Amino acid sequence: MKNQAPPPSPLHQPAIHESGYRHVSGQARYVDDWPLPPGTGHVWVVTSPHARARIVGCELAAARAMPGVRAVLLARDVPGSLHIGPIVHDEELLARDEVLYVGQPVALVVADDLAAARMAGAEVRVEYEVRPAILTIEQAIEAGSYVAEPHVIARGDVEAALAGAALRIDGEVRTGAQDHFYLETQAALAIPGEGRTMTVLSSSQHPTEVQAEVAAVLGVGRNEIVCEVPRMGGGFGGKESQATPFACMAALAAHVTGRPAKVWLNRERDMRITGKRHPFLGRYDAGLDADGRLVALSVELWSDAGFSADLSLPVLDRALFHLDNAYYVPALRLCGRACVTNLPSNTAFRGFGGPQGMVVIEEILNRAAERMGIDPAVLRERNYYGEPPRDRAPYGQEIPWAHNRLPRIHARLMESSGYASRREAIAAHNAASPWQRRGIGFQPVKFGISFTKSVLNQAGAFVLVYTDGTVQLNHGGTEMGQGLHTKMLTVCAHELGVPVSAVRVMTTATDKVPNTSATAASSGSDLNGQAVRHACGILRERLRAVAARMLELSEDQAAALRFEGGAVVHPGSARSLAFPDVAQQAWLDRVSLSATGYYHTPGVGYDHATGQGTPFYYYAYGGVVCEVEVNGLTGEHRMLRVDILHDVGSSLVPTIDRGQVEGGFVQGVGWLTCEEVLVTADGHPVTLGPSTYKIPAVGDVPVDLRVELLPQAEQPGVVHGSKAVGEPPFMLALGVVTALRHAIGSFGPGEVELALPATPEAILRAVQRQRGPSTT
Amino acid sequence: MRYAGPDMDAVLLHVNGEAREVLDVSPTTTLLEYLRGPAGLSGTKEGCAEGDCGACTVVVIDPDAPGGPRFRAVNSCLLLLPLLHGKHVLTVEALSQHGGQHGGQHGGDGPGHHPVQQALVAALGSQCGYCTPGVIMSMFEACYRGDLDAPWKLDDQMCGNLCRCTGYRPIREATQQIAGLRPDDRFGAALAEVGPSTSATLRYAFEGRGGTPSQSFWIPGTLSELWDLMDAHPELRLVVGATDLGLDVTKKGERFPALASLQAIAELRRLEHADGRWSIGATVRLADLEDATAQALPPMARMLRFFGSRQIKNSATVGGNLCNASPIGDLAPVLLALDATMVVAGRSGERRVPAGEFFVSYRSTALRPGELFVRVELPDPPANARVVAYKVSKRREMDISAVAAALRVDVDGGVVTAARLAFGGMAATPARARAVEAALVGQPWSQASCDAAAERIGDDFTPMSDHRGSAWYRATVAGNLVRAMFDDTSQCAMPGLPDRPTSMVGTAGSSSVHHP
Ligand SMILES: Cc1cc2nc3c(=O)[nH]c(=O)nc-3n(C[C@H](O)[C@H](O)[C@H](O)COP(=O)(O)OP(=O)(O)OC[C@H]3O[C@@H](n4cnc5c(N)ncnc54)[C@H](O)[C@@H]3O)c2cc1C
Ligand code: FES
Ligand code: FES
Repeated sequence: MKNQAPPPSPLHQPAIHESGYRHVSGQARYVDDWPLPPGTGHVWVVTSPHARARIVGCELAAARAMPGVRAVLLARDVPGSLHIGPIVHDEELLARDEVLYVGQPVALVVADDLAAARMAGAEVRVEYEVRPAILTIEQAIEAGSYVAEPHVIARGDVEAALAGAALRIDGEVRTGAQDHFYLETQAALAIPGEGRTMTVLSSSQHPTEVQAEVAAVLGVGRNEIVCEVPRMGGGFGGKESQATPFACMAALAAHVTGRPAKVWLNRERDMRITGKRHPFLGRYDAGLDADGRLVALSVELWSDAGFSADLSLPVLDRALFHLDNAYYVPALRLCGRACVTNLPSNTAFRGFGGPQGMVVIEEILNRAAERMGIDPAVLRERNYYGEPPRDRAPYGQEIPWAHNRLPRIHARLMESSGYASRREAIAAHNAASPWQRRGIGFQPVKFGISFTKSVLNQAGAFVLVYTDGTVQLNHGGTEMGQGLHTKMLTVCAHELGVPVSAVRVMTTATDKVPNTSATAASSGSDLNGQAVRHACGILRERLRAVAARMLELSEDQAAALRFEGGAVVHPGSARSLAFPDVAQQAWLDRVSLSATGYYHTPGVGYDHATGQGTPFYYYAYGGVVCEVEVNGLTGEHRMLRVDILHDVGSSLVPTIDRGQVEGGFVQGVGWLTCEEVLVTADGHPVTLGPSTYKIPAVGDVPVDLRVELLPQAEQPGVVHGSKAVGEPPFMLALGVVTALRHAIGSFGPGEVELALPATPEAILRAVQRQRGPSTT
Repeated sequence: MRYAGPDMDAVLLHVNGEAREVLDVSPTTTLLEYLRGPAGLSGTKEGCAEGDCGACTVVVIDPDAPGGPRFRAVNSCLLLLPLLHGKHVLTVEALSQHGGQHGGQHGGDGPGHHPVQQALVAALGSQCGYCTPGVIMSMFEACYRGDLDAPWKLDDQMCGNLCRCTGYRPIREATQQIAGLRPDDRFGAALAEVGPSTSATLRYAFEGRGGTPSQSFWIPGTLSELWDLMDAHPELRLVVGATDLGLDVTKKGERFPALASLQAIAELRRLEHADGRWSIGATVRLADLEDATAQALPPMARMLRFFGSRQIKNSATVGGNLCNASPIGDLAPVLLALDATMVVAGRSGERRVPAGEFFVSYRSTALRPGELFVRVELPDPPANARVVAYKVSKRREMDISAVAAALRVDVDGGVVTAARLAFGGMAATPARARAVEAALVGQPWSQASCDAAAERIGDDFTPMSDHRGSAWYRATVAGNLVRAMFDDTSQCAMPGLPDRPTSMVGTAGSSSVHHP
């Protein structure tokens, strides 16, 4: 130790993924990989074949007689609460009297193995009386089928501002559903313990909710249930609320059979049963002045919630909160409603409604630019939030000019991407190319950070130091690939001044950190990071006193002690103690070596009734320039180059953040270009696997992908100056739409009409429309 | 039928170097089910069980590959276990030494890991890690390939591995680093030890119990043994790559009572090109056909460029593609345009069927009971022929065609003397566009003739609408392909493809177009 420079703190340094070597060696264990306790039963979920029907009878004898079958369970077998749900308990774990969508769980078959359960599942005979169903947003509007009253955010005199506008853009825009397509499908393993206790391994972003709902379904106290999340093979919001039912089903099966039980959905079951990103319909009327500045905006938004509330109301809130994206609109009225339909219950998905809201204003700006014949990047810049009075969000929150990173991002990205000269080169290319046309698009993003339900903005951590100086770190967040554990490890190692190799991040469990919020809203590292800091700070102060005694330092001298490089260092005398020695001495001194930490975000709050408040702690910003090539004969396209500049504050671990930026962007591109959830007219899902549902593959990502994290971007009041990163980059993908429109617009005059997702077919239609009626 | 008698065999395979004997599992058990179940190797993941995500990718040593034994990345979710009889299988667990047991937070970095593992970790090519074992095994094949000499081949190598987290950039970079590395290690040594062909035969029987039926699986070594089996078991189904038949098992839960693999019949594997004629055996793997035709028969190679994934092409065979008689099988249009002859054989001998008569109706062929398809023969296109193949799908890679086409015109003195324009995805079978052909023949070879002929596409086809595209889209694109062929064959009579085309259509003038 002595003559070596202490290793630098891992903070703000590039690092590999905390589980990287386990991933590549096949050692990383997911729920479905767990060695099964002897006697574990396997569960097949039997689902509804109708979009809406009354259950008039059930014949289970044939299924029960099948080989290997242990039990066939219906709603009546639930000992506790049949109803579950993340906010309102409006979902039946198993449908009792009525089914409300194709794919709704109706019965569970528990058998010795999954093949036997599946075979027996085909023998479960349920008799239905089919009833009329609501399968589109329009049908829901007509039927008045809503989750709740409208949510309205308004300011100024919209009608007058619209009437006085130099340019009016009105119309309708739709976005489609998106399947999460986490590579690991839903899974849970329930292991009964002594008495009424049960341990549930769940692939969930929200172990506390799993614990609470399992307890409710079984009719026991939450203290009887432990939920543990080893890791997830992807979540993206799809396991925020919707892992819970499957954990409850496993627990129910385990409870009834008295033996462990596992629910693992194959891809078809998963895509059939679970909800997706909410499809949205927006009707808008916007007014701009002669310079292209928005002066008025009136928007009605409808989301397709599916059959239950799930998280649809907060998703709708966030859509409304992001209708403005980065742009100031003096007069506006934004009104949103969530529609109840007979489809799977749509749920959280990266961006949580934000992308669906932003699509509306971006569509308006693209159309306005096309109508005015000006560069849409210029139009966007003119509309940015700015100095007062252009610094108030529609809901009244200040968008502090001092922290508004967009002007910097805009200037730097225009420069680094060579936007202007490339736009000129594209015009020349297109003039000479009959069928391969190029386009370029710029997209800014502003995204609010915090759970918009303010109470959720809290987190806990529990840090344990052992007498050999090694550390176990527990925090309330779950690891789904986003690198949260890597970041928490980094924060913990930094705070205690120990090498990351001395810290082990434990699997997330409700008996270590209780009453947690979901790992969601991009907030995992903001909230848990502060809680980890808090816990480590408490330990550090205790150890400081121990070290001071060991070094015989005064109180003042003790205050100068530094925890770094695996040691406690006294800078004045250059004396130091190895961290393990201090830990050992603490034990000898009978000083506690474990501590809990806690954090809640200060100052956030929002009033739905008035549509005013401060829902966000701060905003994250980003920008992108995309260049595409479109084929006018087939509608196929390819991204040629993408330049991203994203604001993650002072990145805790820049390599992890870059991964979030790239992965989020590509997922957004999937939503906007190739991913199409298709349902038949009678509500049957068509896209039930990767053979029919197409997420981006390697070739869909541009080889020329340049990602930069905005430098000098420390965010005050957030853990070590960092910023949330999980969701905001998703919306950068909107730049692809602008680029596609640019390319399509080269085929003929006038505004482009491009449906989303911009599949080859949608693009070919838009090209044909552009080329005019004379073309075939 | 007799079960588990002394004349029945166990399935013998090597998993990660360890010999394994399998006796008591259903022959429709997939390799993936076996690995995660009885073999206790949970590193390999299931993401879809339909060959489309790559999470289940493992590597198999193919002793019969054209250039000698080689590693092949394959989808273990579709392979039936007996197809691995006599083979070596490598899973992700094989790559780390010391059993992969490492301490420390980072799971033991540094030595003991394979270069592909090191590269992927260093690039942060795993986030949630669920696609990762499959990615690693595709990279593993890439590492020992000597022919990854063009950038597009890396995408081709990796396009069968979906990753929902990373956005692929780090995976692509890591693959670039290790492609063709061919380290001098225990894996290279293992490859060298494999004999030229093991051609193991098999007679395997599984006695049903409870609700499960009895099943048999054979790997005959000769055609005459196969005829015997066909005679004795009218219900016998053939299987080779199982990329098609495997779906019936995983999606529909089929438990075929009697299956026979053609993998050990050497004559079916032959691929020859001599004296201006091609002879392509039924069990030639599509990856090998792609290699063989890259320079010599560009329309075929073009069609295979965006066909399934590397894993699929490593398993899938020519015979499987033609005999499932799918209206969207991509080889059929090429064979129709090139005037191929299908050779089928039964105990009584061979029969030659023109490609145009092979596809009888939806998913049905001219094969008679007791016959199998043995090879396809075709002449090199004549010097006056212009041939171009197109595939248009929702996603460029790893997707089924919305429309596929192979378009050929013979031009003499500036006039079209013959046209063979074959389409997939437009009707219940792969089919020629006779009205469009008729509109072209006798016309000067010009853009105007193509434009005029393209208008006739509606006379030939009334395509259907499905999740891959509407009837409008299919008809419009099909017409546009006819329009595009003039330009696309103007610089080169049989064009190849640029490195990363936006589309296969209208690529003429692109600098990297291949000129044979
Ligand atoms: C993910 C994925 C992607 C795919 N992509 C494409 C694509 O892009 N384009 C495309 O065209 N297809 C595609 N396919 C379909 C499939 O891969 C091909 O049809 C393949 O060539 C089948 O070959 P196989 O050896 O795997 O057939 P198998 O599954 O082994 O057999 C298929 C059928 O053919 C029969 N059969 C096989 N050989 C013979 C023979 N010699 N004589 C008589 N009958 C025989 C079998 O009995 C069986 O019914 C894809 C499949 C998957 C799973
Ligand atoms: S599990 Fe998806 S390809 Fe095999
Ligand atoms: S790392 Fe999560 S799917 Fe690839």
